Amino acid sequence: MAENKLKVSVKNLKKSFGDLEVLKDISLDIYEGEVVCMIGPSGSGKSTFLRCLNRLEDITGGSVMIDGYDITDKKVNINKVRENIGMVFQHFNLFPHKTVKENIMLAPVKLKKMSKEEASETADQLLTRVGLLDKKDAYPDQLSGGQKQRVAIARSLAMNPDIMLFDEPTSALDPEMVGEVLTVMQDLAKQGMTMVVVTHEMGFAREVGTKVVFMDNGYIVEQGDPYEVINHPKEPRTIDFLNKVL
Amino acid sequence: MSVFIANLSKFISRFNTAFVMTVEISILSLFFATVIGIIVGVINTSKGKSIPMRILRGIGSVYIFIIRGTPMLVQILIIYYGIASALRPLIGFSWHSIGGTFTAGVVVCSLNAGAYMSEIVRGGIEAVDHGQVEAARSLGLTSTQTMTSIVLPQALRTMMPSIINQFIITIKDTSLLSTIGVAELTNAGKMMASNWSSQVLLLYCTMAVYYLVICSLLAQASKYVEKRMSYG
Repeated sequence: MAENKLKVSVKNLKKSFGDLEVLKDISLDIYEGEVVCMIGPSGSGKSTFLRCLNRLEDITGGSVMIDGYDITDKKVNINKVRENIGMVFQHFNLFPHKTVKENIMLAPVKLKKMSKEEASETADQLLTRVGLLDKKDAYPDQLSGGQKQRVAIARSLAMNPDIMLFDEPTSALDPEMVGEVLTVMQDLAKQGMTMVVVTHEMGFAREVGTKVVFMDNGYIVEQGDPYEVINHPKEPRTIDFLNKVL
Repeated sequence: MSVFIANLSKFISRFNTAFVMTVEISILSLFFATVIGIIVGVINTSKGKSIPMRILRGIGSVYIFIIRGTPMLVQILIIYYGIASALRPLIGFSWHSIGGTFTAGVVVCSLNAGAYMSEIVRGGIEAVDHGQVEAARSLGLTSTQTMTSIVLPQALRTMMPSIINQFIITIKDTSLLSTIGVAELTNAGKMMASNWSSQVLLLYCTMAVYYLVICSLLAQASKYVEKRMSYG
């Protein structure tokens, strides 16, 4: 990995909500093409960590460098940085007043990244890629959970990001729909996308992840090769957690 | 009854003229009220911590506090008589130099309905799931772009019944402008009633029918719009 470009560099990240310190001291480097899976008990700070990477949460302390830009610096235009970081949410957050295709075209057109024609072409390509071209004129309310999440992934990809953040993308899905979303994510990983995935899917973490990070109580407790961390955890807290979920 | 029917065309023609005035005041006031409502409503939902934003939010809250806490008739008296008498010695202001009671009427109705519209807009914006804002911002949209293309269109859907309800209330409230002599529907009815005292009941009932027609048309429109605006 050393020859690859450093995409995300987090140093001594701290985040508090009032008196509650959610992230205590997080440092993590993520290189181009890595698929980092964040695991850990709920309340451990995984999602908050992810949301700090595109500053959906204001950062209390430390630094987060994205492609060399320090996003804690108020002078950095966060909107520009966000154009290169896609994010997929647990509850999809599709725009219900727009069709599937309009959802995908909105950001590229609004932000003048593409003309309407280009965006339309891109949307068709992305929908083909996630297997939903026939749903392009449907409204989000007419789709199943798995379909919604695939559209949400396509929507993020439309901005042509080079980092993708996934915040428990399959946690709100019925079990039979988890597979279709994971398959899309796996394809994305194969194509070399840099990904940070907060997940409870240990199978996905082990097979697709290039690194697993176990968080607990606002700290990174253990990290490393997915197979090693999941099958041969060293820290007692990791062992305890994995015993409960596996 | 026969007297009423014999003079019906005269009554109707006077009512029609006054009705046009009621409609004009209503349309102008509702237009301004909507503009005020969107501006104040958006400001009041903003979370900006800068000093100018705090001051704007303060002004918005005081404005709503005053309008909601006082009767419209009192607002009419203050704006038409009070403001004019205070400003006349200072800058020679008089309502008659800027359109008279008509203008004063539009100002009061706009300010009054604007305050209620602000609360409707605020409620509508707050009802939109915060995940919508996060999704839009994560794509790189600015807060203004997020507001105009994601939040407000969705808020509008939940706000529509309340907005039309406010339109109906404001149209009916224009009748209070008869107290300062705006030549609107209620004023016309009162004038005719004083000349035809034997016909008071029929005159006032005819007047009521005008309000009924326009308000029930709006209520129908509300149902239609609600149906049209549901997704998918």
